[in-house]
Amino acid sequence: MTGNSQPLLQVENLHVNFDIRSGLLQRVSGKIRAVSGVSFEIEKGKAFGLVGESGCGKSTVARAVLNLVAPSSGTVRFDGQDTAQLDNRDTAAFRRKVQAVFQDPYSSLNPRMKAGQIIGEPIRVHNLLPPGEVAAEVARLLDICGLPARFATLYPHEMSGGQRQRIGIARALAMGPELIVCDEAVSALDVSIQAQIINLLEELQRELGLTYLFIGHDLSVVRHLCDDVAVMYLGRIVESAPSDALFSGPSHPYTQALIDAVPNPDPDAEANRIIEPLAGEVPSPANPPSGCVFHPRCPIATERCHSEIPLLEPVATEHSAACWNVRTAQKRFAGQSNQTVLQGAEK
Amino acid sequence: MTLLNIKGLAIDVDRDGQTRRLVHDASFEVDRGETLAIVGESGSGKSLSALATMGLLAEGLSVSGGEILFDGRDIVQMDAQEVNDLRGNEIAMVFQEPMTSLNPVRSIEAQLTEGMRLKMGLNRRAAMARALELLNEVGISDPEERLRQYPHQLSGGMRQRVMIAIALSCEPKLILADEPTTALDVTIQAQILALTAKLCRDHDVGLVLITHNLGIVARYAQNVAVMYGGRVVEKASARDLYSGAKHPYTRGLLDSVPRLDLPRDTPLSPIPGAPPDPTEEISGCRFHPRCAKATEVCVTDIPQMRPAERHEVACWHPNLTAKTKTGAVA
Repeated sequence: MTGNSQPLLQVENLHVNFDIRSGLLQRVSGKIRAVSGVSFEIEKGKAFGLVGESGCGKSTVARAVLNLVAPSSGTVRFDGQDTAQLDNRDTAAFRRKVQAVFQDPYSSLNPRMKAGQIIGEPIRVHNLLPPGEVAAEVARLLDICGLPARFATLYPHEMSGGQRQRIGIARALAMGPELIVCDEAVSALDVSIQAQIINLLEELQRELGLTYLFIGHDLSVVRHLCDDVAVMYLGRIVESAPSDALFSGPSHPYTQALIDAVPNPDPDAEANRIIEPLAGEVPSPANPPSGCVFHPRCPIATERCHSEIPLLEPVATEHSAACWNVRTAQKRFAGQSNQTVLQGAEK
Repeated sequence: MTLLNIKGLAIDVDRDGQTRRLVHDASFEVDRGETLAIVGESGSGKSLSALATMGLLAEGLSVSGGEILFDGRDIVQMDAQEVNDLRGNEIAMVFQEPMTSLNPVRSIEAQLTEGMRLKMGLNRRAAMARALELLNEVGISDPEERLRQYPHQLSGGMRQRVMIAIALSCEPKLILADEPTTALDVTIQAQILALTAKLCRDHDVGLVLITHNLGIVARYAQNVAVMYGGRVVEKASARDLYSGAKHPYTRGLLDSVPRLDLPRDTPLSPIPGAPPDPTEEISGCRFHPRCAKATEVCVTDIPQMRPAERHEVACWHPNLTAKTKTGAVA
């Protein structure tokens, strides 16, 4: 688990395009570039966060990592193995080692199965245990996820949202996974329950040495859970850094706008914050803007941003941003009076 | 006179011949130019209270007690026609999901001018002119073009802007906004909330903002009412509430959210258990099964709202000299 060992997950220059079909014959009439050249690595035992707004491609990255959608180009390597090249046996092993927890536990759990069957099914399908031992394993998994054994006999509709999400997590754990992809795993939950599930995910990570790819739109949740964070906009990573560095010194205007958009539960500090909400909306990925895809909404865009695509370049150790005007952006953010927000974070 | 003064509101549901109470003895008030946030989790009764104010309770639900005084007149006692006259005209509502609250088969023009023509008696031309003005005011570009379009042709943020334009169209005194930005992206959420707050200030409109997001409350509301299990458990100014929550539930909520303004490793202290089903019967304080401070009295007796250090709180054991994480004293 040292820095020199091979990362558990390596995503390299990932592109995922979807065809737009139209007309009677459903001919391909265009392309949606859902993911354009995304690269990142996750070391074993770490939590990596991908944040961004709807349509930024974060969930498509998750699906590519899960091998549910094929990359148009680029590679996803798990444990050094290209997931596009797996044979049947390797695929089965990959599916055991990489599991997913989705946003809405109500639609991702089969309503006609009891929790015990939901959690036990993957164990049976993959023949991980003799049939006689499945029930005991289910009880153990429920217990790890903070539910009493009697929940094995309940159907999803008999549970609250938080309990259903615990079942979803128990099902993922049933395979003894190494990597869990959490796609908006706590977004649909009530505030008091969300904190329970976040704490459970952290506890499981500590105790089982799990690695997380955490997809979310709630910056404060992602910051809390993840060691490293990448911010996506319109299919590209625009900034990537360790959590603390990203949130205390955001260097891309989009990251800065995201942080500004999050109100903190502190009326006095909020009253002193000067916030200019980001103008405009996310453009269509079928027809992305030229140059830097963020330039039409960017408060500091210059001539160059209209024509040339900025690459992700280092701005500090382990911290990179894709912006032609990083220095201006950094100065601008540091100059804003909403520094109050960060003072706490640096304590 | 307070613009909206809800006193002792009770809402019942009739299901299979049984009557269950969903909202118990809820009181709050909001004045023109002021923002009141109602905070709570699912099933807390926050949306029902707003729907009752609009006279929009679904079938089977009814107001079974209390008063909803709007400009001094009790909405509960009004007949259907009187409520209809208020709705849209003096009280407007913005819902969470603009895709489901806008009519998908009618143009933006039809939906935006309908209220003005019906309630204000404007003719088509006058209504059109005002519709263009409103769309400009809510920041929609190409208003002429937009008026001809249908909801599916607009983005989520645009649709919510249209909803706000509709709400403002008849110059209401009060706007009820039920989770107006929950379905939107954060940058769009910031746009919409800043816009709503500005418009309510400019037009001297009272705003009731229903939300579960404590950050939004801190940024936009002057006063807060916290609801739990169908009851209002704490009321205070936003400042007082955040600097010294008196109710263990409020405290619990504040300690449950990860915050960007605190160190990353600040532990979250979730409230154990889950919010109760609204129809579930719970003796005494409805929060007692989840409360660390609960004693005998909490199980047997219902705590009433009582003044405490500039707050009002319904708790047998309020935190009277509470300190927040940031160390500010109440």
